[in-house]
Formats: sequence, C-alpha cells, structure tokens
Amino acid sequence: MTEDLRRTPLYDLHLALGARMVPFAGWEMPVQYPMGVMGEHLHTRSAAGLFDVSHMGQVILRGPDVAARLETLVPADIVGLPEGRQRYGLFTTPQGGVLDDLMIANKGDHLLLVVNAGCADQDIAHLRTLDGVTVEPVADRALLALQGPGAEGALARLLPDMPPMKFMDVCDVSFQGRDLWISRSGYTGEDGFEISIPADAAITVAQALLAMEEVAPIGLGARDSLRLEAGLPLYGHDMDRTVTPAQAALGWSIPKVRRTGGARAGGFPGDDVILPELGRATRARRGLRPEGRAPVREGAPLFADAQGGEPIGTVSSGGFGPSVGGPVAMAILPVDLPEGATVYAELRGKRLPARIAPMPFVTQTYKR
Amino acid sequence: MLKFTEDHEWLRADGDEIVVGITAHASEQLGDVVFIELPEEGREVEAGEEIVVIESVKAASDITAPVAGTITAVNSALADSPGAVNDDAMTAWFFRIKPTDASMMDGFMDEAAYQALIG
Repeated sequence: MTEDLRRTPLYDLHLALGARMVPFAGWEMPVQYPMGVMGEHLHTRSAAGLFDVSHMGQVILRGPDVAARLETLVPADIVGLPEGRQRYGLFTTPQGGVLDDLMIANKGDHLLLVVNAGCADQDIAHLRTLDGVTVEPVADRALLALQGPGAEGALARLLPDMPPMKFMDVCDVSFQGRDLWISRSGYTGEDGFEISIPADAAITVAQALLAMEEVAPIGLGARDSLRLEAGLPLYGHDMDRTVTPAQAALGWSIPKVRRTGGARAGGFPGDDVILPELGRATRARRGLRPEGRAPVREGAPLFADAQGGEPIGTVSSGGFGPSVGGPVAMAILPVDLPEGATVYAELRGKRLPARIAPMPFVTQTYKR
Repeated sequence: MLKFTEDHEWLRADGDEIVVGITAHASEQLGDVVFIELPEEGREVEAGEEIVVIESVKAASDITAPVAGTITAVNSALADSPGAVNDDAMTAWFFRIKPTDASMMDGFMDEAAYQALIG
C-alpha cells in the first residue's frame, strides 16, 4: 500500500521521534508526534516548532531575463524583486483560475521557487515551456520550517554567522561546511524561517535544533490548524483551477505594475479574466467563526438562513483553532455580506450559526 | 465488571445499568477531543445506533449504542471539557444506558481479549 510513497531525508528521524506517518501528496509524512496536534500547535505559537516540509518542490530557474520570463506565468513583480528577497505568487490558468501558489526568491544568479508537493510535477512541466529558461528541480535537499517566537533565537544559536534578516529576506549560510538556503518566512502566521539543507546533513541540523529546549517537532496536523488560524489559504482546498485570484482573496499578490495601466500589465495566463475582476469580485474567501465548539469542516454547505434556501457557499477549510479556542473556517462567500453577519453551516442535518469574521483569526507576528 | 466493544468502547456494569466511555487506545487514535455531542436523557436507542458525536482536532467520529435500551444519564460536563477524554478515558464516561435485556453484557470482550485486539 505504501510502496509508492516517497520519503524525505528525515524519515528515520520521524520514526525515532514517535511520529504517526500518513500518506500526503504522494509522500509518507508525519501527521503528529506524541505531543499531539493541540500541544504541537500551541507549542509553535508560544515557543518554536520544527516542521519537515521536504515534500514541497524546490526548483531553480536560470537564464537571461529569467525574471521577465517567469512573469509570463506568474502575475507578480519578479523583475522588481531585489536580490536577497522573496515574494509570494500564483501560477494562473488561461481561464483565470489558480494552478498553484508558490514562493519566488531572487538569489542573484538564479531564482529559487518553492511549490506545493502535489503540484510540483505539473509546475515543473509548466516552467519548462518557458523559452531560454533552465529548470532544475532540486532533488537532493531537505526543507525544514522553524516557526514561532523562539525560532529566531534557536536559529541564531545554531548559526552564529547568520546575518540579520527581515520577513521574506533570503540568504545562504554555511553550517559545518555545507550551504543552507534560508528564508525568513513560513506558513503558520508566526515569525520563522525555512531552511533548505543538503539531504545528507538534514538529520544533523534537525537534531541540533530539536536538542534546544524550546524546539519541538511538529506534524502536518498542527501545520494545517496553524495556517488556518493565520488565514492562509491551502491550494486544492481554498483555491484551485476553478477559483480566480480575486475570489481567493489573493489579489494583493498582484502588484500595481502587473495590473491594468501598470508598466508590465498582464502578459500572464488568464490576464483578461483576472485583471478586470480585481477589486470587483462579487464572491471572495471570507473567515468564519462558527458559534459553539463543534468544528465545521471542509465541504459543509453554507446557507443564508436557518431554514430553507439554496447554499450560498461551501466551507473550503475548517477545524478547531487551538489558539482561538474554538472552531474557525474559510469559505468563498458573497462580498456584500458584512463582517459580523450570520450564515448557517449544515452539520449532521442541523444548521449551526457562524459569523463572518476578519482574517487572520490570530495576530500574525512577522518581523517586517 | 468491565467489558469492551470492537468499536473501542468500555462498558462498566453498575446495578441494572451500563456506563459507557471510550478506551484510552481510542482516545489516542482520535487525538485531542474538542467537541462532544451527547444524546438526550430518556432516549430509547437501538444497538449500533450512532448516539454520540465526538470531534477531535483531526476528524469527526461516532459512538454507537452498544446495546438496545434507554439512556438514563449523560456526562454533560464533557460538553465543557471534552479534553477530559484524553486526560483519562476510563473516568470520562459518556452516558449510562439501561439495557432492554440484562444479559446483553455477556457477549462483549473482557480486558485480555480487548488488549489482544489492539495489539
């Protein structure tokens, strides 16, 4: 059953730490450790959590005008991205949907992309359609995320030579003669770092961090509840090919220079659909705070009224938010419903009230 | 007398009633419990009927009535502190049921058989 699943360089460490392993996007990944999802979530928000995100695709792009060429697939400002900085962007479809979301870092003589595990093969094929661009999937490195208020102190002790970094800065730092590629970013709403490590040094780095009092290993379960509380969308759940950037509430990732009237307006798949809709979408991803304690999960239909009527949306992500202390959810809903308005989620045949709430559900602590 | 079901419930005979909870093994598999919906007292239920909803951080699952009978009491404290199931599954009871047939307990596993089941 599991023979086709891929394993990250940290697989043996996960087993030694007592992780429960599950299949995820073609990989065998830790969903939780003995601390449990709730404890791991709260530990990340109060101290520091170490995540194995090696399943995500790391891809190097090289070539003349590589930034301008990537802009033909991604509506972000990549030409204007300074060396040593990283940016969030989207691959779009000709119909205006989202093919994947990704991080793009300017590393000077190349761009470093990080894409979702389940989309990596598709994204690499997509990137290979670019003329004059060399696409190098990074196969021999692990990727760790160190997240939480204790992340900066822990990483500084491991890497005393690390230069000062702000949110979305990237740099290379040497550790025992090996190059670590570091970005100050993550997907938990907390300050933190993502660290790309040569595969054969990954366990050494992970163990050195885990030996620190404040650092605990965190599984995919808490990774999901952390990103949900932080209001961060997950590809394949909160957006996909059928959802436009404006509907996904990701229009902020398309800067002025790529919008209508900008110096490099359009020129990406679906621009004729995506650009006119910015600021004018009638439906968009909204936050929901269900009343009571029952989690409202992905797939639950939403209604305007306590009885009757047709669904006005479907929960795209939902669960219990350990830091919020109650259920939280996201759904694409009409934008004319004001914050605080009540909608109803159908759960086990009953309709439970849920308020439309601002996101993030917890305060983000990025070091800008 | 303590018995166990294949659905990882524990059953404790108490007079002519049975107290029902879930095992520590089940609570570990579920993960942190965040919500529990209990049946109404006085409800008559069939064996196998889904009468408790238990939501963990990971998923929703159902607890079924182990036998046919009448719900005589529910542990409403669990609604406010569902995490008690993770803290001590053997004391965090869900409901008491008065079976329609007092011999119904006989068919369930004893502790040794249950331990063998979960390995």
